[in-house]
Amino acid sequence: MATATPSPKVNHIGLPVLDYRGGKSTLCAGCGHNAISERIIDAMFEMGVEPERVMKMSGIGCSSKSPAYFMSRSHAFNSVHGRMAAVSTGAILGNHTMTTLGVSGDGDTASIGMGGFVHMLRRNLPMIYIIEDNGVYGLTKGQFSATADLGSKLKTGVINDLPAIDTCALAIQLGATFVGRSFSGDKKQLLSMLKAAISHKGTVMLDVISPCVTFNDHEGSTKSYKFMQENDEPINELGFVASFDEIDVDYDSGQVYEVEMHDGSNLRLRKLLEDYDPTDKANAVRTLMESQANDEILTGVFYINTEQPTFIDLLNVVDSPLATLPESLTRPPKSALDALMHNLQ
Amino acid sequence: MATGHLALGQEQGALGARERVINDFSINVATVNGSGSQSANSVLLKSIFGMGVPVSGKNLFPSNIAGLPTWYTIRASKDGYVARKREAEILVAINPETARQDVLGLPAGGVAIYEESFNLQQVRDDVVCYPVPFDKLTAAVCPEAKLRKLVKNMVYVGAVSQLLQIDLGVVESGLRKQFAKKQKVFDLNFGAVKAGYDYAAEKLPKQDRFFIERMNQTAGKIIIDGNAACGMGAVFAGVTVVAWYPITPSTSVVEATTDLLKKFRVTPEGKATFAVVQAEDELAAIGMVLGAGWAGARSMTATSGPGISLMAEFSGLGYYAEIPGVIFDVQRTGPSTGMPTRTSQSDLLSVAFLSHGDTKHIVLLPGSVKECFEMGYAAFDLAERLQTPVFVLSDLDLGMNNWMSDPFDYPATPLDRGKVLTKEDLDRLGEFARYRDVDGDAIGWRTLPGTDHPKAAYFTRGSGHNDAAGYTEKPDEYIEVMERLARKFDSARKLVPGPVTLKNGTSKVGFLAFGSTDFALRESLDQIKKEYGLDVDYMRIRAYPFAQEIHDFVASHERVYVVEQNRDAQLESLLKLDLPAEQVVKLRSILHYNGLPVDAQTTTEEFATKEGL
Repeated sequence: MATATPSPKVNHIGLPVLDYRGGKSTLCAGCGHNAISERIIDAMFEMGVEPERVMKMSGIGCSSKSPAYFMSRSHAFNSVHGRMAAVSTGAILGNHTMTTLGVSGDGDTASIGMGGFVHMLRRNLPMIYIIEDNGVYGLTKGQFSATADLGSKLKTGVINDLPAIDTCALAIQLGATFVGRSFSGDKKQLLSMLKAAISHKGTVMLDVISPCVTFNDHEGSTKSYKFMQENDEPINELGFVASFDEIDVDYDSGQVYEVEMHDGSNLRLRKLLEDYDPTDKANAVRTLMESQANDEILTGVFYINTEQPTFIDLLNVVDSPLATLPESLTRPPKSALDALMHNLQ
Repeated sequence: MATGHLALGQEQGALGARERVINDFSINVATVNGSGSQSANSVLLKSIFGMGVPVSGKNLFPSNIAGLPTWYTIRASKDGYVARKREAEILVAINPETARQDVLGLPAGGVAIYEESFNLQQVRDDVVCYPVPFDKLTAAVCPEAKLRKLVKNMVYVGAVSQLLQIDLGVVESGLRKQFAKKQKVFDLNFGAVKAGYDYAAEKLPKQDRFFIERMNQTAGKIIIDGNAACGMGAVFAGVTVVAWYPITPSTSVVEATTDLLKKFRVTPEGKATFAVVQAEDELAAIGMVLGAGWAGARSMTATSGPGISLMAEFSGLGYYAEIPGVIFDVQRTGPSTGMPTRTSQSDLLSVAFLSHGDTKHIVLLPGSVKECFEMGYAAFDLAERLQTPVFVLSDLDLGMNNWMSDPFDYPATPLDRGKVLTKEDLDRLGEFARYRDVDGDAIGWRTLPGTDHPKAAYFTRGSGHNDAAGYTEKPDEYIEVMERLARKFDSARKLVPGPVTLKNGTSKVGFLAFGSTDFALRESLDQIKKEYGLDVDYMRIRAYPFAQEIHDFVASHERVYVVEQNRDAQLESLLKLDLPAEQVVKLRSILHYNGLPVDAQTTTEEFATKEGL
């Protein structure tokens, strides 16, 4: 139905945005996660990704429920707590021709899932890994997570006395090749970032601050809407030109850092910080460390590397999905077994 | 009793003229871990095999890289018995640390071949001593001092071969096979074999009564370990994704798999039709297996007890979300770290019910290397047919030791990829419900990611779901799925490998066993027949859930002894859950769980005691 009707509301593969929608959200009204789901829908729609070509992955938690709320026409795997990275690795090995987008949370990633998370980064597994980061465990009623900032206050008055894990700094150090931080309330930045992420081959790690309206949106919280609106310091303004778009020229080219993505599209970063080069790994980590010392929350794309081979490249697998290779390619012939038996005699 | 050491026992210390013992004894080689004795032991084993004599080898090694004592036992048996024997008649003592103790452990009338400088003549007056200057002989044939530690092992191969009258030509051809294409290495090693052989011929007049004589019992047979056979099974199942974490004693399953994949599964363009990933832990390994299985790939992992524990949560997800995957568990002793290099069958219960909630799993129980291969590939068909994780329960004894076998047969049927809907199917059907029992066999149809149809996708979750894969907390929807899963498990009874009835005559008494216990039990049945004139029936169980024949076997006997290698009678417990109450009372236990493979004599004795024979 969608492909037949030419309408300004269809994307370049002829699908309306409706075909990217999911089920009704059961998260709290105003939850940042819902806004992120909306941006995922917009990005996939605008990029013209066929929903059937997407695998939606998640672990356990509020964030991990959200794949049910976008793109119902995509296969989804809501796995076990902290194991999205491992399950995604297997799924991608099974079919590396798919676009894989995973939604995890700060607890799911930075505590129970840390072991799998860091090894996924190290492998540069080709997937988009989103942390919907609210600093608390929602489903168990608001305990601190490992990304909660030092000194941050719970509704109950409990103060967090441990330093936060900076998942972006970690991701850059450990091998992710597209690392950014955004805020669920920043529609424009998040959309551009997601669109660029879709064009990237390799691990995209996006930490998206997503206030928990129920357990972490009060005075004293460092992951509240108010706090983010007051303390968000973008390091770059993002513009993204998809490979099928005409290049627009309204960007101030003098201050633009342009990165050509794998599919020929362009990510344009207008520098807000002096000398910020997102391909400089050491500088990216340093910038994050300095911002931490200054109690700033930087957002933007911190690091991009379009040269690094992905895990699939390293494994040198055939172009077709391993999952559906025919028996003629996967079961060696009888002569092979006969030869093995002969050698064992 | 016709076995060698019992015959010896009857003639305590008599070293004079006696009957020859031909092709029926064990050789125990005591060396130091990491000294490279493995290839020498293998050459000796294959030389006896080359003489046409049924043979088996067992490596009793420490959990250590180098330096601790290790023993390798080779059993020659004209009757084809390949289980461990309690005692070995012939000792090759190379390790000074244990030499004295090793000699003390010999049965009367045994043989000790040892490094001359150990001076062990005084230790026993009822064993034949053959001191050999191993170090001197080695130095003479191996100018390079660094290699002497390794080459020394070949000297004992030569000496033992001469003493047992193994044809030197057979040793030579075995060695040539071992060092194929490495002429220099062959020359050096064969020089060492010759040195030992010649020394024995010249200086050690034969005083013992053990001989290897040519037979024709090994023609056409192969020698392989169970782990290599499992790996081979996986490759001939067309496995495409392997995710694993190293753990003794399962590591060589993946090593064998990987070697064969590299050999057979690279396209002419140099691309791999497989992916092998060394994961960060067993949690990730099983997660990758399920991710790949969900995407439609044939995926596997191999592990042992501690890894199985870590895989528990995911195994429940695999069961509930109905995702195929194959898990090889090569069992070692527990609890906890246990004795990592010792064998047991103590994971049966934990694997059968691995994970929380009402979870149960298909478990295949190979009892030979041939079955490691056959169940190795059958597991993948079953996993995809039944859409569930399938466990293959091997053990260290079966997995890491060399066993003689008939050659493996090529799979007779094509791969069974199970119920998968294609785009064309969906065009025809319009839509589908992932967990709906449309065929009455309790197995739903699935789709794979990438199926180009707007109705192909479904939402896989470990949370409560209805037959359309939708989230649910409704009691009736939850129960509907759980009951279908129970029906599916029940229908698996007919799909898994059925039991093997080795004997089912008129006896009132029967044996039940599984896995590597079979080797000792077969020998034990012969012992019981010889010693007590009793014919006892025997059925070997090859899978859980249990086939109906197992129920029938118990029903048709008055007493059934369940022989297994664990403390808690795990197979018996599992049977008790399955059998009607009036049958349960018939079960008796014979347990062996000291970490060494069960032997026939122990089983026979315990059976005799329990039966009051």
